Amino acid sequence: MVGSSVSGATAREAVVSLRGVTKRFPGVVANDRVSIDFRPGEVHVLLGENGAGKSTLVAMLAGLQRPDEGGIVVGGEPIDISSPRKALDLGIGTVFQHSMLVPSLSLVDNFILGGPWWKRPDRAGAAERMRARAESIGVRLDPFALAGSLSLGERQQAEIVRALMRGNRCLILDEATAMLTPRDAEQLGALMCRLAAGGLAVVFITHKLDEAIAWGDRISVLRRGRNVASLGPEDLKAGDVAAVTAGLVRTMFGADAADGTRGPEGRRRATPAGPVVLAAGDLAIDDDAVPVSGVGFTIRAGEILGIAGIDGNGQKQLAEALAGQRPIRAGSLTLNGRPIDRAGVGERRALGLRYVTDDRLGEGTVGPFSVATNLVLKQIGEAPFWRKGVEQPAAIADHARRRVGAFDVRTPGVGTPVARLSGGNIQKVLLARELTGTAEAVVFAKPTYGLDVRNTHATRGRIREAAEAGCAVLLISTDIGELLELADRIAVMSRGRIVGTVDNDADARRRIGELMSGTTQ
Amino acid sequence: MNVERTTRSAAWARAALFALGPVAVALLAGALLLLAMGVDPLAYYGYVAGRGLLSPSGLQATLTRMGPLLLIAASLIVAFRAGIWNLGGDGQFLLAAVSAAAAAPALAAHAPVWLVLPACLVLGAAVAALWSLLPALLRAFQGINEIITTLMMTFLGVSLANVLIKLVFRDPATTVPQTRTLPVADRLPRLFDTTVSSGLLIGLVAVVAVHLVMTRTAFGLKLRTVGANPGAALHAGLPVPMLTVVVFGISAALAGLAGAVDVLGTQGNVRADWNPAYSLTVVPLVFLARFNGFGTIAFVFLFSVLSIGGESAARRLGVPGYFSLVIVAILLVVLGLAEYLDQRRQRKGED
Repeated sequence: MVGSSVSGATAREAVVSLRGVTKRFPGVVANDRVSIDFRPGEVHVLLGENGAGKSTLVAMLAGLQRPDEGGIVVGGEPIDISSPRKALDLGIGTVFQHSMLVPSLSLVDNFILGGPWWKRPDRAGAAERMRARAESIGVRLDPFALAGSLSLGERQQAEIVRALMRGNRCLILDEATAMLTPRDAEQLGALMCRLAAGGLAVVFITHKLDEAIAWGDRISVLRRGRNVASLGPEDLKAGDVAAVTAGLVRTMFGADAADGTRGPEGRRRATPAGPVVLAAGDLAIDDDAVPVSGVGFTIRAGEILGIAGIDGNGQKQLAEALAGQRPIRAGSLTLNGRPIDRAGVGERRALGLRYVTDDRLGEGTVGPFSVATNLVLKQIGEAPFWRKGVEQPAAIADHARRRVGAFDVRTPGVGTPVARLSGGNIQKVLLARELTGTAEAVVFAKPTYGLDVRNTHATRGRIREAAEAGCAVLLISTDIGELLELADRIAVMSRGRIVGTVDNDADARRRIGELMSGTTQ
Repeated sequence: MNVERTTRSAAWARAALFALGPVAVALLAGALLLLAMGVDPLAYYGYVAGRGLLSPSGLQATLTRMGPLLLIAASLIVAFRAGIWNLGGDGQFLLAAVSAAAAAPALAAHAPVWLVLPACLVLGAAVAALWSLLPALLRAFQGINEIITTLMMTFLGVSLANVLIKLVFRDPATTVPQTRTLPVADRLPRLFDTTVSSGLLIGLVAVVAVHLVMTRTAFGLKLRTVGANPGAALHAGLPVPMLTVVVFGISAALAGLAGAVDVLGTQGNVRADWNPAYSLTVVPLVFLARFNGFGTIAFVFLFSVLSIGGESAARRLGVPGYFSLVIVAILLVVLGLAEYLDQRRQRKGED
């Protein structure tokens, strides 16, 4: 395909190359014609939001998945990485985000686990090799320490050593810093740079910009499964950090002109002047990871307030607290002037507050239950679907057929278990459930996350319709293009706080980018 | 509609195949085991069928045995469908049995039978429900694994029942420590002209009722939602802790009812060392039936035949009495394999 047309110099240089790799899952294109070269002696950062397709790419390099189209070239030859063992044999070692060490075994026992079962394991030899390999990359390691007794950073170093003992061409670190303390992350960064200097091709997957810029020799940005930007050493070393950061934020979150899913920028219609429907004042929400504090906003009828921000900055906590799934520690929350901060989930729903969760299978639906049942999951016991507590299957099926028709859910039947549907259709089921009846205010959490272009388009249409029908809409999204397309105003969330709110005008994108990268703080 | 009906009947046929196929394979594997033990499998199965199914007295014993087993099954179905693994049924059963055995003879002297029996059934259910309160609260509000706590409560419950018999409710007229024996005239009535206890009816009603409640009512759907996806239950605003406690209460009450029925219908008293461990025996049966009430009735019947017939076959052929449990165990393994093969086939179909 593309392989032969690439200039000879880069083809020879690259250890591992992706050539137009496409991978599809039902309803989702995880990777769309991605071509990237990984060169020895470089830290190559794959940057992208959750769901951008980074993990799928890693899975294909590690031999856990196989591309639907395109191929992988290793050492100049097209190769089918058919199994994790094959990947290791090719010299591609992967360290996954979650520790793959058995906590109750020593490191050396962990390392020799995969050995042939009929042979007595050579503990002393393996320990010696481990120690030597660790030393060669400047890491101290006790082979006989129990894996469970080590810190996360130490465990990760051990896994890197293990990967290097098998694969010494290319090392992939999947979201390696996600669980680390800042100090451990710093050490890992230094280690990556040392490894690259030693001639290894290091692939580092992250969604943290600062890490990418600090340690990367080359950055490829993934967005919605596509490689939307590549920055070489010349780009990274030349510009100042702030400019590079701002540029990356734009590409990561959708400034790219090639992205066809984006609508016209800036909502031109006048901001609705209806009554305030949903108002939050100085909300504080407890959470171990990201406590939320000082969040306040008002949304009028027919208005869409967007919440922008990198994933994991308190958006989920906020959405759950609004829906009533999580207690609000302090602050006020009113719906049509009525305080609801102490009301339960059911009560808030009855008053017209709806929550379209982004965790569609985890909490939005019950996978083995039918589409019909899932459509009434928040109305269990209510007429006409139940009479005196007894289920009315005909009424439930009828309701389901009407909803399925109205929301264009593609399903073999209303009795089909919802988990059998594609992601896009599961989302339609959720939308059908939440937008039916008397909705006053709707919270959408990452409503198009993981959806393909058509379903994204359909979902955005529903959000617009809800607002036009007079709902107050809170739209939480990590996709700036989506927010610019739909929202009237956009608030930016960072570390559990709203750091600024901008009107959605022609200048909105730049100011949101500034708020997100923290350059205005 | 038509399409739905054919798929439904196809699903029924598949379910039947998946239930009966493993039974046949398990009986065959059991036969091989018997051969290896030097026992004629035909003779063994012959005695099992003859004593457990084909002779009138044997069949009546089989049906009587089903009463408490069905109640235990109902208890497990409620809990398992709600995702709560109440494995403390044996403790709940035994404490309820002791309470009923202690109360019935005492009350029978002062009140008519029609009042004493229901009162003792309710007492048994209440005692068992109370015994489940601690694991229920721990699970509902502290998230402590109920498998561990209910099993531990069973150890305590069995010992407590023992102590109660020896120290409090002991019949002074006997040398063996046991409760006072309820006169046969005061026990649960027999069905028609047979020796089958009406406990069978109570058990059947309980299993069918539980099945209908779990599949046809709002309450049942709430419980199933909690069981299938606690996150979704929370998301839908269901009071998960409250439902958890209620499920424990119902499940334990049914287990307790089983104890009371067994004592009031069949045993008449409780000996200090008596612990039939029905609950843990019925767990695999409920799994085999995939928590379906009607399937459970079939499996409980099959097991009843096996255990009643097995007891007599064991005496005549020198096979251990618990060989019927071996067959149930083989059945479980075979079913697991069938499930695995089915899933692999389905995955292949999707690719």
